Amino acid sequence: MLRWILGAREAQGTVEKSAALFIGEEQPKNCFTEMQVLKGHFDIVRFLVQIDDLRFASAGDDGLVLVWNVETGELLLDLRGHTRQITAMTSYAYVRGGNTHTALITASSDRTLSLWDPDTGHRVQNVSDLQSSVKCLLVLDRLDVWLSGGNELCVWNRDFELQCKTVHHSDTGISAMVQLPKNFIAAAMDREIVIFKLNVSGSDIAVMAMRHLADHQDTIRSLINVNDGLFASGSHIGELILWDSLNWTIQAYEHILWEESAGEGQSEVRLTNQKRIERSIQHMSSDGELLVAAVGSGLCVYNVALKSVVAYRRIAHDSNFLHTVLQEDGHLMSCSEDGSVRMWELQDLPLPAEPASSGLFGMFGTFGRSSKQVCPPAKKLPEVSGLRSLELTGDLIGHSGAVQMFVSFKEKGLVTCSTDHLLIVWRDGQLQSQLRSLALFHKLEQNQGL
Amino acid sequence: MIGSPDVVAFTKEDDFGESFSDPLLLPEEFSVPLFNHAANANPWTKTSYAKFSKDFILISEFSEQVGPQPLLTIPSDPKVCGTFDLNYFSLRIMSVDYQASFVGHPPGSNYPKLNFVEDSKVVLGDSKEGAFAYVHHLTLYDLEARGFVRPFCMAYISADERKIMQQFQELSSEFSKASEFLKTGNRKAFANELEKKLKDLEYTRSVLHKETELQKMNSGCYSTQAIEKANELANVEKSIYEHKDLLRQITFYPSRKEKDMDFVQCETEKATEISAVDDTLTCNSDNAVKSVETENDNKKSTYTPQFIKAKSAKCFDKRLKTLEELCDTNVFHQTLEQLNLVEKSFRGDLCFIYTSQINRALLTKQRVTSFLFEAEADWKVETSKNFNVSSNNPPIPILNLSSEPMSLESYTTCVDVDHIKPSGESIEVPAESSTSDITQETSEAADTETKGSFSSDKSIETFGSVSPSNLQSNFFDGLERSKVSTTSSSEDQKVGKMSPHRTSDGSPAEVFGTGNLIPMDSACCIGQDGFIYEEPTPEIAQECCGDTVVNQEPLSLLHGDPTLQMDYILEHSTLVGSPNMGLTFSELNTSALSEEVARINIEDVSDSASYMSTSTSSDRAASPFTYGSVLTLKQKKKAGHNALRFIRQYPFAHQAIFCLLSGRTLVILGSDEGTVRKLVNALLIFVPNLGKYGETVQPWLSTPFQLADLQRWKLIGLQRAASPAGCSILHSLNRYSRYISILDCDNKTLRCPPYKGTLINHMADHRTQIKRGSTYFLHVQSLLTQLTAKAFLYTFCHHIHLPMDMNDQGSVTSRRTNFLLQLGYTVEESKIVQYLSELIKTHYIQGHLKGINQSFFSFNYTTSYLYKI
Repeated sequence: MLRWILGAREAQGTVEKSAALFIGEEQPKNCFTEMQVLKGHFDIVRFLVQIDDLRFASAGDDGLVLVWNVETGELLLDLRGHTRQITAMTSYAYVRGGNTHTALITASSDRTLSLWDPDTGHRVQNVSDLQSSVKCLLVLDRLDVWLSGGNELCVWNRDFELQCKTVHHSDTGISAMVQLPKNFIAAAMDREIVIFKLNVSGSDIAVMAMRHLADHQDTIRSLINVNDGLFASGSHIGELILWDSLNWTIQAYEHILWEESAGEGQSEVRLTNQKRIERSIQHMSSDGELLVAAVGSGLCVYNVALKSVVAYRRIAHDSNFLHTVLQEDGHLMSCSEDGSVRMWELQDLPLPAEPASSGLFGMFGTFGRSSKQVCPPAKKLPEVSGLRSLELTGDLIGHSGAVQMFVSFKEKGLVTCSTDHLLIVWRDGQLQSQLRSLALFHKLEQNQGL
Repeated sequence: MIGSPDVVAFTKEDDFGESFSDPLLLPEEFSVPLFNHAANANPWTKTSYAKFSKDFILISEFSEQVGPQPLLTIPSDPKVCGTFDLNYFSLRIMSVDYQASFVGHPPGSNYPKLNFVEDSKVVLGDSKEGAFAYVHHLTLYDLEARGFVRPFCMAYISADERKIMQQFQELSSEFSKASEFLKTGNRKAFANELEKKLKDLEYTRSVLHKETELQKMNSGCYSTQAIEKANELANVEKSIYEHKDLLRQITFYPSRKEKDMDFVQCETEKATEISAVDDTLTCNSDNAVKSVETENDNKKSTYTPQFIKAKSAKCFDKRLKTLEELCDTNVFHQTLEQLNLVEKSFRGDLCFIYTSQINRALLTKQRVTSFLFEAEADWKVETSKNFNVSSNNPPIPILNLSSEPMSLESYTTCVDVDHIKPSGESIEVPAESSTSDITQETSEAADTETKGSFSSDKSIETFGSVSPSNLQSNFFDGLERSKVSTTSSSEDQKVGKMSPHRTSDGSPAEVFGTGNLIPMDSACCIGQDGFIYEEPTPEIAQECCGDTVVNQEPLSLLHGDPTLQMDYILEHSTLVGSPNMGLTFSELNTSALSEEVARINIEDVSDSASYMSTSTSSDRAASPFTYGSVLTLKQKKKAGHNALRFIRQYPFAHQAIFCLLSGRTLVILGSDEGTVRKLVNALLIFVPNLGKYGETVQPWLSTPFQLADLQRWKLIGLQRAASPAGCSILHSLNRYSRYISILDCDNKTLRCPPYKGTLINHMADHRTQIKRGSTYFLHVQSLLTQLTAKAFLYTFCHHIHLPMDMNDQGSVTSRRTNFLLQLGYTVEESKIVQYLSELIKTHYIQGHLKGINQSFFSFNYTTSYLYKI
């Protein structure tokens, strides 16, 4: 276990904050120089799902599911049917007539589940009168079934026929699910992770709970697959646990504390003025080697193989993170309640320069789960040689509310959705200009001249 | 901004020899005829001794009761005509009418025959009166009139002979439109009248029939009374037959015209209520079918047939229908509107008209870029929008390009071929075989008559295009050409010669939407399709006459270097920028516009209002230009005045202008609305793609702006207030500070990215000698045109945008940068060109005529600095 004590002095904290957050208007590495605002929703937009290379769907509290073209920003379809907010949405690929189609499954708090065809806009299937609203969806391509998690776990086949379901668990219900090898499912339920097994015998599927992993001390906020052998979970108080996917044992335990040591010595006023630093693990993202955890408004990059933190930012956003994605070659993107999207780059820190922040944190390693502070900081320093810095390379400001989520379409752009009811497509201005030139010459050819 | 009246004043005979042609000189076809400045006279002094103060339009009629009489003038103000004797002049112009005599039963025919005669267009001069006139004769059908025709004529009367001569085609095409309205409405009304008359007759027949039967029953033998009745019945039968024939003739009017008919139909529907009332008022028992009634009335209220007495009223007893009744009230007013427009557009000195025409002609060549900085106000377009449904389809240029359609040269080629036609062009349709017999006959009659009047009078009368310079050599040619010729054989020959040329030319002539001209008129107008540019040069005119190869001359431009052309445009526009210029021509355009536009705007206003209502309050009522109103050139010139003051007052004007040109939204923040609005107004002229209604500018905003607003508006006047609302405004300013530049007019500061370069220095030199706002506006326009030309070049150069091969994306960027550097632009100026280029691209790709809605919003990440006074 590692424990972090950061931000020893308040003054230092503010310095760091301003240094970290203000990138300025000059952002040579930020290629998003074009934006398009997409209007269509009437309430908070919470979910974005990529349908194919060109299309994506957005959904939110207004119960609408809108399908957009990412290149033109055109609203392709307006899928209406849900009467209350959408609570989960996922894409569902199936093969029909030799072609792979992508459908959308949506769950709403009106206790319905719907399957939509994003080509025609039809509501292909619909299940209503569920006992509880569904909070998460998981598609198992291998078995061609999909799961819905609410107060109970239900297994459905492609025709929206309920295959089996578990007993009622708790009122908190399942908040997240990941697929594990050998038809096992890990589901986060409040503080526990429950491992389910899907027994497939012929066409019958049965589900049964195998084990309850109750190692988290607070609500699990995030549950993701890291790679074939590992999955990770993060809790409200900053516990990050890496689990073995096969035998469900703890591979690593990390308790991230953005500790506010000055708090006790300072006056009460300060405490009321300044919000307690949030350390809940809001979201995680992984590429198999690195795992990014958004802790409160900070960012922490964890190396899975080394089982150590390689880079961190205590304050990476002005407010809590909502979504983060680790992209290829050490690029990170995150969005937060402060309405901005930030882009980060993992840079190798030259060693001499590294101590710049070393005074601010100490690393303590013990095995076990107590939070005893044992060793002086200097001792463990050599271990941190792999430490890299997380540099802000650009930020995207546009939304006037919290940015809920984003989806990247590589060179086609980045789509963000927000509580301000808007979606924004951010594009590479250079590239778009070239594309427009191509389109121009194409049209010129069609028109046989000007 | 290309044309200018000053060009005339400052153009002299070039000092260069024939061998050397200055590339900066105006090409021949764009030059304005020189004023032969004998004794250094002021070219604008009125030399004429005309009794009227300014040009006007006169409509006269040859009444069968009282002879020639003036009906109305446009403008109707009697001061305009002064002491000018309208009656006498009516007599003059009606006396040259060519077809009044030909009416009624043609020899050898039992039935009356309608003549679908085309209008005649005559130039008539009266040197005694100092009046010169373009005279447009037309005939309308009237069931009660002798031979069913009523001759009318419309005349444009001016003291300037050259104006009439040189604007002949424009006048002709405009008057043809007006005439076409009248005739279309008249045909409709005439058909209705006939239908009613037929009903009457049939009713009469049935009554008579009954009576005859009754008498037969009663007496059993043929009494004299019975024979009388039988005769009467036979007469009615004959009459029915004749009327049916007439109806057939009028309804089988060439089907090409049906579109127009439809159009008029839908127009008239609105006014049916009114005309129905009119009907009831004007009907009398003696002559039931007195007034025009539309088809709808027939459908709605069934017409009660009247019994027609055998003896009709005497010729002089009956009241003749007014022009309004003859062609439906609605159409009549439409025509008046059109004529008003004509009057306005031909107001002023000839060279104003000339330059504005050239200006328009050139602008139409610049469709790809003209949306950027040019005032979109083109009254021609408006006209066709209003009056001419059939020509609403945008012209599709079909061009025979060379094997390399993608070379820059061919772009210019297309432009030339396509848009070279001056605005007043009339439609040329290859005449089908030949015109009808009647036409030839009539024109023959006309011919003799004109000749007669020519010889008998000192006045000059001619058809077709005649300009003073080639009057002598060309006059008879023009006369010959422009008429449907006197003999059918030569006519056929000519048509045969003409048509292959027209078809091979391949360019549809309706560039300006003069679709109202009926094909039959074309025979009359053959001589009129020359370019206005050509006329001043006798050799070209002669060439045209000689082998009827018209319209080729401007193609000579093709052979020139495209850059030369660009330079020419630049040169031209710099000329425009020269001081001491008249403004009349633009005012002429805009004022002509305003009325027309006012009508169109109603929709737009409501449109934009609903569009706006989401984010802004109703605080735009008092803006210098309100939303939904067309930004006129006049307003822009006023803006030039403000801009001049701005650049003198604010040392950071360059940076502010740079922001606007490079597409960075400029927010003008201030607590005083007047100041802010004034500044917005000043900077207006620098906003690219301003939009017809100034859509990209928000002159006064008191609510926090949203992201979408940045996408929409490039210049925003923002209220600084101490209220909570003001607080959130400041918050939004702060939040989007990277996308905007802020000009604080209370503290006189500007926060924006830096600018280095000379371009804007030229544009906004605070030590400029220019005194007048309008001059400054034109100066700016000329530089902006130059910039636009470069942006066009940049946009349409293949080699800098297309990757050399598949893996070559990276080099495009460097090639682009190098290209702009080679053009001599700094990094910042490159941004301007790039922004303009993006606008051009989107505009071209989208192909919208409005071209305003750029769906995306592009920006740069650059550091801003704070500038102070």
